Amino acid sequence: MNLGYYPGCSLHGSSDDYQQSLKACFDALGVSLKELDDWICCGATAAHTLNRKLSIALPARNLALASQQGCEELVAPCSMCSMQLKKAQKAMAKDAALAEEMGRIVEAQPNDTHVLNLLQAFDRVGLETIKAAVKEPLKDLKVACYYGCLLTRPPEVVGFDDCEQPVSMDKVVEALGATAVAWNYKTECCGAGMTLASEETVLDLSHKILADAAAHGAQCIAVACPMCNVNLDMKQSVIEARYGVKYGMTIYYLCDLVGLALGLTPKTLGINRHFVARKA
Amino acid sequence: MVQTDSISDLEFLAQTKFADCYQCGKCTAGCPRSAHMDKTPNQLIRLVQLGDIDTALKTNAIWQCVSCETCTTRCPKTVDCEGIIDALRQMSYERGMASKQQDAVVLFQKAFLDNVRRNGRMNEIQMIARYKIEGFAAIRRLGFLFNGAMLAPRMHMRNKLHIIGEKVRDRGVVRRIFARCMDGKA
Amino acid sequence: MARIGVFVCWCGENISRTVDVDRVVQEVAKLPGVRCAINYRYMCSDPGQTMIRERIALEKLDGVVVASCSPHMHLRTFRKAAQTAGLNPYMLEIANIREHCSWVHPDRDEATAKAIDLIRLAVAKVKNNHPLEPIKVPVTRRALVVGGGVAGIQAALDIADAGYEVVMVEREPSIGGKMAGLSETFPTLDCSQCILTPRMVDVGQHPRIKLYTYSEVEAVDGFVGNFKITIRQKARYVDVTRCTGCGECSSACPLKKNKSEFDLGMGTRSAIYMPFPQAVPARPVIDKNVCAKLTRNKCGVCAKKCAAGAINYEDEDKLVKEKVGAVVLATGFKLYDIGKKDGKIAGYGEYGYGKYKDVIDSLQFERLVSASGPTNGEIKRPSDGKTPKNVVFISCVGSRDNAKGLPYCSKICCMYTAKHTMLYKHKVHDGQAHVFYMDIRSAGKNYDEFVRRAIEQDGAMYYRGRVSKITEQNGKLIVRGADTLAGVPVTIEADLVVLAAAMRPADGVTELAQKLNVGYDEFGFLLESHPKLRPVETNTAGVYICGAAQAPKDIPESVAQASAAASKVQITLAASKLTRSPEIARINEKTCAACFRCYETCPYHAIEKAEVRTRKGVLVKRTARVNVGLCMGCGTCVSACLSKSADIEGFTEQEIYAMVESLI
Repeated sequence: MNLGYYPGCSLHGSSDDYQQSLKACFDALGVSLKELDDWICCGATAAHTLNRKLSIALPARNLALASQQGCEELVAPCSMCSMQLKKAQKAMAKDAALAEEMGRIVEAQPNDTHVLNLLQAFDRVGLETIKAAVKEPLKDLKVACYYGCLLTRPPEVVGFDDCEQPVSMDKVVEALGATAVAWNYKTECCGAGMTLASEETVLDLSHKILADAAAHGAQCIAVACPMCNVNLDMKQSVIEARYGVKYGMTIYYLCDLVGLALGLTPKTLGINRHFVARKA
Repeated sequence: MVQTDSISDLEFLAQTKFADCYQCGKCTAGCPRSAHMDKTPNQLIRLVQLGDIDTALKTNAIWQCVSCETCTTRCPKTVDCEGIIDALRQMSYERGMASKQQDAVVLFQKAFLDNVRRNGRMNEIQMIARYKIEGFAAIRRLGFLFNGAMLAPRMHMRNKLHIIGEKVRDRGVVRRIFARCMDGKA
Repeated sequence: MARIGVFVCWCGENISRTVDVDRVVQEVAKLPGVRCAINYRYMCSDPGQTMIRERIALEKLDGVVVASCSPHMHLRTFRKAAQTAGLNPYMLEIANIREHCSWVHPDRDEATAKAIDLIRLAVAKVKNNHPLEPIKVPVTRRALVVGGGVAGIQAALDIADAGYEVVMVEREPSIGGKMAGLSETFPTLDCSQCILTPRMVDVGQHPRIKLYTYSEVEAVDGFVGNFKITIRQKARYVDVTRCTGCGECSSACPLKKNKSEFDLGMGTRSAIYMPFPQAVPARPVIDKNVCAKLTRNKCGVCAKKCAAGAINYEDEDKLVKEKVGAVVLATGFKLYDIGKKDGKIAGYGEYGYGKYKDVIDSLQFERLVSASGPTNGEIKRPSDGKTPKNVVFISCVGSRDNAKGLPYCSKICCMYTAKHTMLYKHKVHDGQAHVFYMDIRSAGKNYDEFVRRAIEQDGAMYYRGRVSKITEQNGKLIVRGADTLAGVPVTIEADLVVLAAAMRPADGVTELAQKLNVGYDEFGFLLESHPKLRPVETNTAGVYICGAAQAPKDIPESVAQASAAASKVQITLAASKLTRSPEIARINEKTCAACFRCYETCPYHAIEKAEVRTRKGVLVKRTARVNVGLCMGCGTCVSACLSKSADIEGFTEQEIYAMVESLI
């Protein structure tokens, strides 16, 4: 299987352990990821909070590149990137004048590339395929599947899974032999890109997530977004210090878990590069 | 509701109808930050419905929103609440009306965009350095300068600090895109 | 030679201001066949009508044209006048020179010319008219009431008390509907069953009411005054004539843990069960999907215990035919399914209904509060049976929600939520009720005072705002809502959450409506003829609607509508023959080619396939034939007919073409 790949700035930056894990895992599943050539930043939070046109143009440029490079399906593992790309597509589909304007602004015409977030990418590979490839089932592992905000919301834009009681990640985790725990903060925000701009927000929101996962007996939390990872993993020690608590909760990218079940080593998957030491 | 030019502009930016909102408060109920906002999400929309855009543009609330889309997803009248807050932010920024208290957030987003404008992709170290310096000049708190610095060594140990960032090959088109969107150039 | 009289009305100055009525009269008097042409200020007035009558007699007129306002206004008036003068009322035509002329054309010359043309048309038509007599259709003086809830019960009793036989069909094993399951009713807090069950007994014992329970309408044939209904009586497996209602069977039945439909899943029942003690008829029914004997041929204890020998495992569905003259649809409502998606109507995943045991809907709460309910009237949490000290009531779950698919207000929830807070407080004195609302709709008599009583005297806490999400933590339900009046989010830790789910029409009502040619809206609510002036009639003659089947409403409104529908039924049944307008389709059976395109296209199913036979029974030809009881004169068959055999009386092709030719 060949899929296009849009890393986004985080996966080439401080979250390149996510890219490491993703590539190793998909490689083992027989999926080849072809990185979009000369991709640019999707604009993330900054573009959509400061300038509407820019928030559509930057994704539009990438969608145009994807069309030019013959890419029909584009995996965007960062949930913010995938949301910006999908939102831009939707806005242009609704408004032909806007699509034309964007074509002029980005100097190329975006077409109908299918954007996939990580959950959709695994769905595309197929649960049966993943199950069949499992060599070391993750028995007795209790995982809290954390979807966060942008993987399932808003439903008219994402069009995948249920936005109130999502199950797509749980199904993958269970296909690996692990247990997906029932918990309350599956889709509550972690604070997203406010890590630097408003640290208090992130500490407050991410603390609640860690607390609820722990209260429901989770041994680890699985995420499918680099910002969620930063807020729950990198900031965990800050949260513990601030609130006087101790969690030591291992944070995995979903592809980490898949990779482990496929028999890949933690080092190959970059798990040793996480902040919270791996316990479970 | 009374229609003015500003309201029309805002509605165009938000791509949703303000009159549809019947002030049920479900957005406020589900917003993870509403308890910390000076005006709750439904109050922001109410201000706009009343024609008082200025007050809305000056709130701290719009910059505290984390864009989690919970409000938009659950709105019974399919009003794009997050879209309205985005529109308020865009207009507030354009008119220079963001409150001083929100400098930390606004300057961050600005530093982010300036960095992307220059490189085509985010250069984290470069961007953070610039943000801290500009932010300190505006906020003047020592804590601001050094906050988060403690994580740097641990990031370095895990090879997460990329001092030299990536640059896109065709940076010209990136600059032209920015000029067209933000500077009103053709 | 025709003898036509033309009467031109000034309509005060509505017509005469623009149309030169004197010149009109001058010109039309010249038309061939016109014996007299007169104008007058107010033709519809008594002197005006008298003028018409006198002229008919004087000039021996055989046709009349009145040039005036729209026929909608006074066609009937003028036809009556003609009839009084001895002229067949269908020999009178109206030329609309007001709405079609003076009111829309400002230029005097043009308007006058058009008025003359309009009269010319009418004169040409009336010359080709022939007299028509109203059609008389025989009436079966019995009524069918579908639905045995409070509306159906009221309608049936009214019709039966008026002296007519009523056939009542109810889908459940007992009548009573939703009202039988309520605890108390607002605003009086009367015990619901106490006020309903006497009515139920009246129905059960009424000499003129034939009650079919555990039955459904299978098929409908015929037309107003002459409906032929096929009813499917589902197999009860109990012979109701032998059964004494002693209840030994239910006690003996070993399968006791089935979810009770009457208790909405909050309680259990046996496989052979009576839905509730006050059931009418007070006879049990066997759930054939669960009964061991019926599914696996084991057990059979109930038959052994039954002293009356009333159990019959060989029972089968029966099809029964009934003839009635009018039908009342009182099929009631069901609650919106909060947890699931139903076509385009989305559920509320964010409230955890179906996931958390202690999140229930309003009807389920009624069963908890009800003295005859699964907890004997004690309010207990479904999860652990403990008494809830904090109960959250959420209004508008499903209603007023464009995103979920039901944009309308369900009308009764504000009232019953206030009632619930009061009933809760009366039973749990140290409990606290919390209500999340958007608006309070309490427009009925003593209704607003009732809601204020809940707040001011019984201590219910009302928060103005919706709830975004409900999660469960340590056995408590965390309810995240808002109060927009204070501008703050509000979080309550509740022991029990009650959701006021939207009212929707009962399942299967759209299929039933199609059998009767009754319209329904996009939500399945049955369509009334006119939202203001004809709330209980439908566009199908002889079929009436009442109660929540038409739109969300409370008990007093349902009862009022039921009596209204009953009075309409009595109007239909009062005469032994029904009079219908003769302006309906007519098929020339000699020229009919029996292609039956009319049969295919008629929207009222008013065309029959008939055979023409000799006296010895030899088939001469097949032909289409109009059912004069059903035809509504729409004219579809006329345009469909290839052999020009179909025509509309009063609007024949000859008459229409005469009008056209008069202008050429």
